[in-house]
Amino acid sequence: MTATPTILGSGLDEVTRSEASLRQFLHGLPGVDQVGAEARAAGLGTRSIKTTAKAYALDLAIRMVDLTTLEGADTPGKVRALASKAMRPDPADPDCPSVAAVCVYPDMVATVRETLGGSGVHIAAVATAFPSGRAALDIKLADTADAVEAGADEIDMVIDRGAFLSGRYQQVYDEIVAVKAACARADGPSAHLKVIFETGELQTYDNVRRVSWLAMMAGADFIKTSTGKVQPAATLPVTMIMLEAVRDFREQTGRMIGVKPAGGIRTSKDAIKYLVMVNEVAGPDWLDPDWFRFGASTLLNDLLMQRTKMTTGRYSGPDYFTLD
Amino acid sequence: MPFEYAPAPESRSIVDIKASYGLFIDGEFVDGHGKSFKTISPSTEEVLAEVAEADEADVDAAVKAARKAYDKVWSKLPGRERAKYLYRIARIIQERSRELAVLESIDNGKPIKESRDVDIPIVAAHFFYYAGWADKLEYAGRGTDPQPLGVAGQIIPWNFPLLMLAWKIAPALACGNTVVLKPAETTPLTALLFAEICQQADLPPGVVNIITGAGGTGQALVAHRGIDKVAFTGSTEVGKAIARTVAGTDKKVTLELGGKAANIVFDDAPLDQAVEGIVTGIFFNQGHVCCAGSRLLVQESVAEELLARLKRRMSTLRVGDPLDKNTDIGAINSAEQLARIRELSAIGEAEGAGRWSPECELPTTGFWFPPTLFTDVTQAHRIAREEIFGPVLSVLTFRTPSEAVEKANNTPYGLSAGVWTEKGSRILSMANQLRAGVVWANTFNKFDPTSPFGGFKESGYGREGGRHGLEAYLK
Repeated sequence: MTATPTILGSGLDEVTRSEASLRQFLHGLPGVDQVGAEARAAGLGTRSIKTTAKAYALDLAIRMVDLTTLEGADTPGKVRALASKAMRPDPADPDCPSVAAVCVYPDMVATVRETLGGSGVHIAAVATAFPSGRAALDIKLADTADAVEAGADEIDMVIDRGAFLSGRYQQVYDEIVAVKAACARADGPSAHLKVIFETGELQTYDNVRRVSWLAMMAGADFIKTSTGKVQPAATLPVTMIMLEAVRDFREQTGRMIGVKPAGGIRTSKDAIKYLVMVNEVAGPDWLDPDWFRFGASTLLNDLLMQRTKMTTGRYSGPDYFTLD
Repeated sequence: MPFEYAPAPESRSIVDIKASYGLFIDGEFVDGHGKSFKTISPSTEEVLAEVAEADEADVDAAVKAARKAYDKVWSKLPGRERAKYLYRIARIIQERSRELAVLESIDNGKPIKESRDVDIPIVAAHFFYYAGWADKLEYAGRGTDPQPLGVAGQIIPWNFPLLMLAWKIAPALACGNTVVLKPAETTPLTALLFAEICQQADLPPGVVNIITGAGGTGQALVAHRGIDKVAFTGSTEVGKAIARTVAGTDKKVTLELGGKAANIVFDDAPLDQAVEGIVTGIFFNQGHVCCAGSRLLVQESVAEELLARLKRRMSTLRVGDPLDKNTDIGAINSAEQLARIRELSAIGEAEGAGRWSPECELPTTGFWFPPTLFTDVTQAHRIAREEIFGPVLSVLTFRTPSEAVEKANNTPYGLSAGVWTEKGSRILSMANQLRAGVVWANTFNKFDPTSPFGGFKESGYGREGGRHGLEAYLK
């Protein structure tokens, strides 16, 4: 069995010793009442964020965006354009912060790296036979190593949902541990590992809570809702369950894990609801691009439009913002 | 840098509060014969308006108007015609919902998010629901030709002013009765706005009469020979006095009184949702809720973990300006009520319970009390027995389901209870054993016009809401 030194001493290392103890632990987590969880998420969505609070939230949200393109039609030209936008989202305003990262398929990483240079914008690559995760482990590991070698400093892996849904928790766990090992770089720090659950396929909140703990114990740096290829993608209640999980995990182990909702977040209003939730559920420590990200593409332009409106008092049309 | 929510106040400009209000009798606002009193905003102590205090002559005029309207018009209208008026009132309430919500929050002190998202929508729903019954009363299970009672004298409390008005007036009117209603003296304004809505809806004069005043006005109404029915929501003490007054008369009575509900959390509960339910149970409406979950009974094996989660959650509650859309807990309704909450809390401390409140800054003017919990409370503590009617939670523990039932039922009250467990069979077995009018499972303080509400023991008798609520207004 694989030992995970990061959780030693928290009592959780015993948990991951065997399939049986892992199952016992995950099924022993407090249940989630669906109606209550959804009501709480909706309640947080009624917070009214205005003026200075809104300006703060918009800038923070921009800094948290993982600007994403994951299409079969992606070309070097397309991802170069996206990378330029990531560094300077609003060319008309030098004070506009850059986004957190650009998220692409592994074969585009080198191109993105050239464009981003030392800008500080991270490069995230989706690996492990994204989005379905239906491939042999050695192929997933090669996919990961390839992306890391090309210069990705963040890896967004997908879990094997089939294994999870059929109760093979140990297999899911071991795969995350193996991918985490493949994130290591000989000449520098290991790439950060984001673990995608595809919550739209796991469906129940109980599953979301269990898989969150499973991934955190296996060494995930971030837990992420969705690939964006399955509906529903990120939702407020699912993200809330994950925020509760990282909050409780830190309490137990002292280790902080990030959360990334991805897919379906398109408006500033939505993004602000997520930030309110981060603030009130996980706590203000998570209000930082190191600990919370939005996986999005169209969201950015809406954030920019709202940001311009805050400073000028007027809405400008979509023609005043770059399409990339 | 912390995420500070900037003030987000709802505009007051939508409401137009007059300097003084008369009594609404026979379809018109008239001057009272008695004195007047001031209603203030509990969050600022600012005087909002002068309101007439109805004396015995005023009560008599109101009852006579109601009797005339009953004899000449309302009892003769077919149910479908009464329904039209009720539907019209319901629609006007929806159209003017923002105005009603703002006025309710100003006069009562409750947060706008509650008056906007809970009180007013349920008020409209209640009128819609009973409008639907008006032409179907022969299917209510009261025989093939149920008849109205006549004139109902109705007295409502200050915690949900307009909602309690709806609970009283909607079923009464649907069944063909006319009413004289007295709102609480600290919160008369939305009832007076409702009187305007009755005018706007062209409701025949005298069907609804609103008389303002304090205890004396209420006594005069209850004792008046011209009424056939008394409906009261309020304290057990006043409820008992009312029962004594009407004893020996043929007036029918329904009483909805106090409570000291147990919110029971088992070790297999969905803990995060249970925490939300505990917060909703006791801090909703500043705890000014007769069915508030004021006693938390938590299984000892999860008590420590649950309390840690509860305290963390309480630290995020925002106390302050009721009109700010981000306020979770508003102002205590009156100086008198604040004094009572303070007194009982001091007794809790003196009796050895552990008092805890999150750090929170309270405004300097107005009446405020921080969300508070007491640990190590036992059945012998006064704070576990007496209704505090404020944001104060008493935490007790239990070991087994039978102990939970025993403790939950060990109270003179019996209005509501909550059960938190993932085990469906346990929910059903607990619900069978708990002596309470409402048992909520994995939720708390949920209200719906289709669901009957009322108490066991000293929490009163009679039911409001649902088909059961019709019984109180039919013979």
